[in-house]
Amino acid sequence: MENKKELFRWTAGEIKQNKTNPQELILSLDDRINLIEDKVKAFTKKPDVLPDAVPQNSGLLCGIPVSIKDNICVQNEPTTCASKILSGFLAPYDAEVIRRLKVAGAILWGKTNMDEFAFGSSTENSFYGPTKNPHNLDCVPGGSSGGSAAAVAADETIMSLGSDTGGSIRQPASFCGVVGLKPTYGRVSRYGLIAFASSLDQIGPLTKDVRDSALLMNVIAGYDPKDSTSVHVEVPDYSKILGKDLKGLKVGLPKEYFREGMDREVKLAVDEAINILKNKGAKFTEVSLPHTEYAVAVYYIIATAEASSNLARFDGVQYGYRTTNREPRTANRLIDMYKASRGEGFGKEAKRRILLGTFVLSSGYYDAYYLRAQKVRTLIKRDFDEVFKGLDCIITPTSPTAAFKIGEKTDDPLKMYLSDIYTISANLAGIPAISIPCGFNQEGLPIGLQIMAKPFAEETLFKAAFAYEQETNWRRIRPTL
Amino acid sequence: MEYEPVIGLEVHAQLKTKTKAFCGCSTEFGKAPNSQVCPVCLGFPGSLPVLNKTALDYAIKVGLALSCKIEEDTKFDRKNYFYPDLPKNYQISQYDRPLAYAGYLDIQTESGIKRIAIKRVHLEEDAGKLLHEGNDPDSSYVDYNRAGIPLLEIVSEPEINSPFEAYQYLASIKAILKYLDVSDCDMEKGSLRCDANISLREYGEKKLGVKTELKNMNSFKAIKSALDYEIKRQSQILRDGGAIGQQTLLWDAQEEKTHPMRTKEEAHDYRYFPEPDLVPFTFKPDEIQKIKNGLPELPNARLTRFIKEFSLSNYEANILTSDKHLADYFQKCAKNYKNYKNLANWLIGPFLSELNNRKIEPDDIPIAADSLVRLIEITEEGAINNLSAKTALGEMFNSNKSAEVIIKERDLAQISAPGALEDIIKEVISSNEKTVSDYKSGKANALMFLVGQVMKKTKGKANPNIVTEMLKERIQNA
Repeated sequence: MENKKELFRWTAGEIKQNKTNPQELILSLDDRINLIEDKVKAFTKKPDVLPDAVPQNSGLLCGIPVSIKDNICVQNEPTTCASKILSGFLAPYDAEVIRRLKVAGAILWGKTNMDEFAFGSSTENSFYGPTKNPHNLDCVPGGSSGGSAAAVAADETIMSLGSDTGGSIRQPASFCGVVGLKPTYGRVSRYGLIAFASSLDQIGPLTKDVRDSALLMNVIAGYDPKDSTSVHVEVPDYSKILGKDLKGLKVGLPKEYFREGMDREVKLAVDEAINILKNKGAKFTEVSLPHTEYAVAVYYIIATAEASSNLARFDGVQYGYRTTNREPRTANRLIDMYKASRGEGFGKEAKRRILLGTFVLSSGYYDAYYLRAQKVRTLIKRDFDEVFKGLDCIITPTSPTAAFKIGEKTDDPLKMYLSDIYTISANLAGIPAISIPCGFNQEGLPIGLQIMAKPFAEETLFKAAFAYEQETNWRRIRPTL
Repeated sequence: MEYEPVIGLEVHAQLKTKTKAFCGCSTEFGKAPNSQVCPVCLGFPGSLPVLNKTALDYAIKVGLALSCKIEEDTKFDRKNYFYPDLPKNYQISQYDRPLAYAGYLDIQTESGIKRIAIKRVHLEEDAGKLLHEGNDPDSSYVDYNRAGIPLLEIVSEPEINSPFEAYQYLASIKAILKYLDVSDCDMEKGSLRCDANISLREYGEKKLGVKTELKNMNSFKAIKSALDYEIKRQSQILRDGGAIGQQTLLWDAQEEKTHPMRTKEEAHDYRYFPEPDLVPFTFKPDEIQKIKNGLPELPNARLTRFIKEFSLSNYEANILTSDKHLADYFQKCAKNYKNYKNLANWLIGPFLSELNNRKIEPDDIPIAADSLVRLIEITEEGAINNLSAKTALGEMFNSNKSAEVIIKERDLAQISAPGALEDIIKEVISSNEKTVSDYKSGKANALMFLVGQVMKKTKGKANPNIVTEMLKERIQNA
């Protein structure tokens, strides 16, 4: 057992098992944050929980601090999406996941930094400045849930919630050496998640280990009548699947993912993970997902189209940032106000995506871009349906590289977009996928392994991920801060 | 040269569901501004719409009543445009797969029944209301109570050829919506709204001319006047050899003319795409059949039945069935009163004019059917004459008293006893010698003047038939 003074390093599972005093835990985390948050900058709003405000109930997460990505609404708390345009905005209601966390007795442990409106893969596109990778402060933590991943990796929190539209939970989990799960589309309610791309977004857990991931899913998963896209499928007790053996587990290796572009050290780490799983009884076959090469293009059409419409509401009329510039520029003062508020309120990447999305939906271009992208999306989904007829899961790296340097890709959006090349397909197909640590490169940066399964087969992910985790010790390698 | 007007109407009707289309807020009219709102209808970030099933059922009912085909696989779409009354800056609407399409509506015209094709019926959400008040010319207020109320859009094909037909079409749509009990259809409160497309062409020409779009017509009268005005305006331009410019025009009811809308405001690319927050849905044929079986009798069916069952003329039946509540009232009266023709005359004549004068909708008729029937019977029995009956009817609208009580209180009983009239008749004959001699020399009208004099002296209570007989006899025997 670890040093009592380092309670902040514990997992939720360990805290529950040891019946840790929540007040001591909070004080320990507070000290940790005071010590290192200035370096990591994981939070847009640091936790301000008083030790006596700890809930007393028999909920699954009683007394467990959970940090919340700053695009999830918490009643009467600032919810900024790391954007200037939502500065001053207090959410008037709780997201469904927040309601569930409160019922389960969790302590809401601050709001975490992100790429503005989840547009990005590095958490550099934040109005509040970038978050740093706890394993190397010169590197990005990944994104867009970079704050959530970094806070967990740096032991500033016990667990956190992120959102994943094209890899925004899994890629930062991979870069920061933590466990990140994107659930099946419709598994977790989106009510109260400020939408990026409605047909792709899912909320999911970022945790220190697989057991905590299953625990947090037990709380947040399930049908919600307030979200028409949430699905009526029974939620199993995910904790119960942990420890089941892998004998006969049929795993596919999609050949399209193991081609050029993958970092050599990433390839080695993944190969090693495959060997471990083989020894545990998993059977591997090479499979083909022939439309993989179109995924990034399809994604950037559908996601930006939906985003351009979802972000239209940020106009300075009802809430958030409104320009103070009242100089008339055109005959139409209303249009002046819209333009100035949005022009001053949105960052560069947000503007880029709004423009892209507006373009692909414009009359004359709709058929060539949006409609065609939807058709190819169906083909990508069918690729998965087809291979899952004979498989339980698919294994790939989470990202082609480990964390890159801050500033390295900010001038090249295309390069940045390609860092999600392995994660995007799961969102397009609506299937669940998890990223778990599977090693470190020579620079000491974590590498992530991605496991994907068929819709609502999160249990398969937990079973495989837990079995692998039990055979390795990556979680014990903590960043030195 | 005379041109043929070609008109298409786009009707918007608010559905009278208890709650809004995509959230649980109340739809009640006239509440304090922004008192019936929530994160969903305010379009707050993170909120999501959930479809109101009743709104959907109502919309299907209307589609079926307009003989439309019902789309089995349908979906909602986003219509994107910026305006402060639109909280999300997109409207949840339907684009390429409306709930109902390819229907028709039979309307009464001067030359008989005409069938107008209905292009589509779809469901969408209403926007809020802008209020331009206060001292700051740069500020407006927005009331979002209306935002999210379910709105049905009914679009006709351009097959309407006169303002009168447009009027009849709109009246028929209103009648159907009220028969279905799915909308209040109150143009003043904005629960029924209508835009029109209008173009002109030479008679015999098949090609459509360039159209203009008319908006801001807030009453049935405004629609007729605006179309009349626009026909004159376009005819003048065409006769002068000019060309019609495609544009949107706003009707100004005060000035009785149209003003062009600023062109910039019409240059919209709505960038429709499927609403990802609502899943597409499917109707099974048996579900549609079930709704169809539950439809009430509709105006045209009732019209036919009234003609047959009550031996009414087309004209009479048409007026009585044009409003569901008026038709219901007729039926109630007809249960206990079998002179249907007389009943119809009563309702169409004095009764409707009382309603119109008092601006009472047939929904709110304050007189019980039995009470009205009693008044008609009393009149028919001769206890009061027609003039007094009208007075009594007016009083019934005011006071809720029975006919008998009113007759007694206001002393309206008809004087039919010759004994009571004898002195008055003598007096009228003796003081109108000239008229009497006119009558004697063959001027039949002169007698009517004398009857009138007697009626005057009896304050309208004398039985005019008996007075006439008595006058004739007394003059002859004089």
